[in-house]
Amino acid sequence: MAIIDEGLKSELQKHGIFVLPIEQLYNWGRKSSIWPLQFGLACCAIEMIASAASRYDLARFGAEVFRATPRQADLMIVAGTVTKKMAPQVVRLYNQMPEPKYCIAMGACAISGGPFKDGYNVLKGIDRYIPVDVHIPGCPPRPEALIHAIMTLQRKIANQDLEKGRRPRWYDEAAASEYTIPEYGEHDLQPPANPEVWQTPRNYRDVTLEEVKPA
Amino acid sequence: MESIEKIKEVVSQAVTGAQIEIVNSTPAAQQPALLVDRDHFYAVAKFLRDDPRFQMDFCSCVTGVDYLPKDDKPGCIEVVYHLYSVALKQGPIVLKARAPREIDQCHVPSLTPLWRGCEFQEREAYDLYGVKFDGHSDLRRILMWEEFTDHPMRKDYVPPTDYEWEPTPHDDTLQRAAQTQGVVPPTALAELEKAKKK
Repeated sequence: MAIIDEGLKSELQKHGIFVLPIEQLYNWGRKSSIWPLQFGLACCAIEMIASAASRYDLARFGAEVFRATPRQADLMIVAGTVTKKMAPQVVRLYNQMPEPKYCIAMGACAISGGPFKDGYNVLKGIDRYIPVDVHIPGCPPRPEALIHAIMTLQRKIANQDLEKGRRPRWYDEAAASEYTIPEYGEHDLQPPANPEVWQTPRNYRDVTLEEVKPA
Repeated sequence: MESIEKIKEVVSQAVTGAQIEIVNSTPAAQQPALLVDRDHFYAVAKFLRDDPRFQMDFCSCVTGVDYLPKDDKPGCIEVVYHLYSVALKQGPIVLKARAPREIDQCHVPSLTPLWRGCEFQEREAYDLYGVKFDGHSDLRRILMWEEFTDHPMRKDYVPPTDYEWEPTPHDDTLQRAAQTQGVVPPTALAELEKAKKK
């Protein structure tokens, strides 16, 4: 992003002239008016509703209206356990959102399956199928945590570069903005995860399968 | 409400040929149940609903239980109905019916024609246990998707191996995580060693 000399900036401001790169203005407009898609699945939806209500007002941060249709929304807050039966519809809705779009995984269930991870119908995290920008841990996370997530997202949007070569996904003509919708298989969703979106996290020391295989 | 023995007597006299057995659940629960054979199950339930002494007009819960074959007892899938009477404020009467575990023989009569509330609950029992309800108007899966083939609440259900990553695996989750392509945290290695030795 273009950097403007601070001294010059303050000098000009004294005369009522405001100088900033187009990117900053553009990103400021986008981050200050994030319209979420109302998408509560389970208990985290109650906390999302609470943070949109008057005490923890989310409208202060630009999320004035929760749109009912994905076509007009730019943020999807996946709040609650994603069941395997619901997962294709979540991906379908995310595909229907126009770019630029963001996703927040709210609560332990949306991040990784949460307390119901071993359930027969529980998808172990929505980030298996769609790219998630912010994860909020908690069960459920407090409204302040959701507000912190919105603020983190705002910071992420503010730092997005529009110059060629450093563009985010949504500004890149070659990048995909629609993700494969999983099919209902006989025992599990097919595919169980989207390999373009989700790779097995390997943050442990490398242990080979041979060492670990039970005898 | 009368004791369970009295109820069994009354019902046996009213529904001829029914083989009813009192199945005592644990002393702590204190909820003995009437185990009825499949052929007279519908008749017994209808009697309990219509008779003026009982008037069981509310079926509050339908569930399935999976018993694996143990010792000399053959396994079965049991369907349990909890009946209450809102008119006479009495209850519950617990009705049970058993069916063999094999999928093609696992069917019991449906009580949906007697109580509408059974409709969704019987669909759930079909979805999760595989027990078919004869006479149900719309028997299809309710929690899992239509193309799903397993019955998840059966004791011999094997969940799919999508345990590529487990942050704190233990017990059989650890075994499952080790079998898939995932890595196991070093702290869990010791536990795996112990389990191997056992």
